Amino acid sequence: MEYKQLVAFIKKEFRHILRDPRTMLILLGMPIIQIILFGFAISNDVKNTSIAVLDPGQSVTAQRIIKRLDASEYFNVTYILSHPKEMTPLFQEGKIQMALLFNDRFDDRLFHTGDASIQLLTDASDPNQASMVAKYATTIIASCQQELVKELRIPMQIIPEIHMLYNPTMKSAYNFVPGVMGMILILICAMMTSIAIVREKEMGTMEVLLSSPLKPSYVIFSKVIPYFALSVFNLVTILLLSIFALEVPVSGSLFWLTMLSLLFIGVALSLGILISTLVRTQVAAILISGMVLMIPVMLLSGMIFPIENMPLILQYLSNIVPAKWYIRAVKLFMIQGASAKYAIKEFAVLSVMLVVLIFISLKKFKDRL
Amino acid sequence: MKIKVSHLTKAYGTTDALQDISFQVPDGQIFGIIGPDGAGKTTLFRILATLLLPNSGTATIAGFDTIKDYKKIRNIIGYMPGRFSLYQDLSVIENLELFATAYHSNIRENYHLIKDIYQQIEPFNDRMAGKLSGGMKQKLALCCALIHKPEVLFLDEPTTGVDAVSRKEFWEMLRKLKDQGITILVSTPYMDEASLCDCIALIQNGTFLHIDTPGKIIDSFPKRLYAIEGDQRTQNLQQLRNNPYIDSVYLYGDRMHLTFKEDPDPHLPEVVLVTPSVEDCFIWLMKKDSYE
Amino acid sequence: MNEATIQVQKLTKRFGDFTAVNNISFEVSTGEVFGFLGANGAGKTTAIRMLCGLSKPTSGWGRVAGFDITREPEMIKKNIGYMSQKFSLYDDLKVWENIRLFAGIYGVPHHTIATKTDEMLQRLGFASEKNSLVKSLPMGWKQKLAFSVAIFHKPKIVFLDEPTGGVDPLTRRQFWELIYEAATQGITVFVTTHYMDEAEYCNRVSIMVDGRIDAIGTPKQLKQQFESESIDEVFRKLARRATRKEV
Repeated sequence: MEYKQLVAFIKKEFRHILRDPRTMLILLGMPIIQIILFGFAISNDVKNTSIAVLDPGQSVTAQRIIKRLDASEYFNVTYILSHPKEMTPLFQEGKIQMALLFNDRFDDRLFHTGDASIQLLTDASDPNQASMVAKYATTIIASCQQELVKELRIPMQIIPEIHMLYNPTMKSAYNFVPGVMGMILILICAMMTSIAIVREKEMGTMEVLLSSPLKPSYVIFSKVIPYFALSVFNLVTILLLSIFALEVPVSGSLFWLTMLSLLFIGVALSLGILISTLVRTQVAAILISGMVLMIPVMLLSGMIFPIENMPLILQYLSNIVPAKWYIRAVKLFMIQGASAKYAIKEFAVLSVMLVVLIFISLKKFKDRL
Repeated sequence: MKIKVSHLTKAYGTTDALQDISFQVPDGQIFGIIGPDGAGKTTLFRILATLLLPNSGTATIAGFDTIKDYKKIRNIIGYMPGRFSLYQDLSVIENLELFATAYHSNIRENYHLIKDIYQQIEPFNDRMAGKLSGGMKQKLALCCALIHKPEVLFLDEPTTGVDAVSRKEFWEMLRKLKDQGITILVSTPYMDEASLCDCIALIQNGTFLHIDTPGKIIDSFPKRLYAIEGDQRTQNLQQLRNNPYIDSVYLYGDRMHLTFKEDPDPHLPEVVLVTPSVEDCFIWLMKKDSYE
Repeated sequence: MNEATIQVQKLTKRFGDFTAVNNISFEVSTGEVFGFLGANGAGKTTAIRMLCGLSKPTSGWGRVAGFDITREPEMIKKNIGYMSQKFSLYDDLKVWENIRLFAGIYGVPHHTIATKTDEMLQRLGFASEKNSLVKSLPMGWKQKLAFSVAIFHKPKIVFLDEPTGGVDPLTRRQFWELIYEAATQGITVFVTTHYMDEAEYCNRVSIMVDGRIDAIGTPKQLKQQFESESIDEVFRKLARRATRKEV
């Protein structure tokens, strides 16, 4: 008798989801689209980028830098310019993506004043690509400078003048797959679960259900199970896509990756239930899950911005974001191919979070209005 | 007594939703709570349906306390909230089956109870509840509240926004349910529905103005009530307000109702003595209440 | 009664093969209080939407406040007021903020709004509530205020969609006195209601059944015509004719 109720309510929940095809399409399509989008970003790797150089002084150091750039796998020096004007058509025709302009007394300045600058001009019509190119070039120039300091034993500084801001998205795009996994799971489990429960409050159906002998925990359970199923489905899609379409390997244990994901899904679902006990309207549920979950997941989990570069206070704050621990462990398993014992800390943290969240949301869940 | 309520009080913050409400409903009666929106009807229903806790006072349903024995009460009541509270994206039959399951019942078990009402919506079994008309939704909601054969039925404003014909039909259904022995607590803002209840409470600003049978409430009207026909009602109303003989005068359907301070004004020969309605009583009680 | 502010000829609205409003014709004169009755689903809402210029008729012709409902809907919107139980005023704005907002929307000259607001609140006896949030007002006050706001810009016609639903009987009567007051000032009042006693307060009523207007006239005429004691009875006699499957 009891299980019949649960089955009936789970069925009902699936009906709600299936009869709202738009939402379902978004839920099932989003991971695919995100993976493909980020997969596209991967193909933007800097390799054999054509550059032009202008070195009117033909100084020794400048030539050394140019050779070094050309020798790297990242750049090909395809044009030697004699006047800055020549650069514009090359950029416009897309023949080069970067130009290096040296001062005509480059060595002179470097050895006498101790600092000289190189102008780095990049084609910023694709800002991500441009900043990536600039970053690679700067790194090569910097290593050249270090060698010079060692060889000549005089303090000097080469300043590459780039007119672009440091773009942190230059981290290896491999990192996006774990990030997307964390985000999708939080979104579906926490946001959709909380919306589904709050909708019952908003529509007034919760009032009728609570006044019936139906156990309130069944209401919750019947919400959790369909979204759990959806999350598992999405998880499988993401993994298949990243392995076969993006060729991101799962170099570690697939078993532990799955266990970790199930644990994280549990955390996200209990977060969703917790949110649903705190708010009364669907709009509030969306706002809270958006503000409290999505933004921290994107900003504080290390998905976009490296945690190491954050101010200390944000680094501390990032510790309470479940997705941070999840994403970190996923990276361990997927990319670094680590075994489970290296992720014990992440497992432990997520388990504690799960227990605490379930405890709080059970305490908070009322069987009255 | 099927429902016993004593000294129930509920406040939200500083506003009192209910103040010291007491009443009793015997087995198998239709008890009407009559009053405007915001008078506290919904709060009262939610407390009795074990959905809200009162600040003070007690209430029992079939002998069970609404606070201690709320789980037992949930097995024996049917509750239809003021808003349409079914799943709009589930079909008629899916809603009905779902609510039957919630009460450990099924449609066949108590089919006889809902048969009359259900037959009217059965042709639309596969239609989504959200696509039904107002009257149909209300019938479906009633079926869902009845499907487990409750001992007590709570209907919070079941006829609001429903047209006069559907309202009449609805009350006929309630009479039949009463004959089956179900105790019904129903609220309404329509005064004309009062006479269809066995007993009524007039509620305003969280307090009961009066509790009695509709007949006795009408008998308690303290003055003689007169009516006057008038096509030019607006102009007449102002004139009559200034008439020194007249205590009160207000519009009532196609005529005006008036009471005199002592004797009728001899210059108004066209007035006729009429029996007050529950609405007249409510107006009088409201005025009295605001003077006190 | 003088010239007509609403004239409707053979107005029809179809949605697919469903005829929501079926060939209705009527006139409403200036300053008249006109009751527009009908069971749920009879087509009242669709008809009102066409009259307010919110929906184009499938066929037929109509003029409201002197403007063609098909060709000049924007002019109609400027010359009417509208109030319903569902939407009237913003709960989280103050009384005077609501008045200023709606007056502004309807193009009341800015310099006159302040004085007119005070005048209106004085007349309603709400002067002390000028700075209160609308949500803190009792239900009945809100409705009266909403009505006054709907006629603040002196429209030729005001459409009231179940304005008194859920309001106590005393306030309902005060509300109707406001309606009469507006009518004597020459504002045509077009009102729907589920309270049949209120139908008796109207100068004329029409009753819609299955998208048609099956009866129109003064309450007295209708009661005679259908040999009934009250409009309630007339309404029930007519509504029972409905054959339209409830949708």
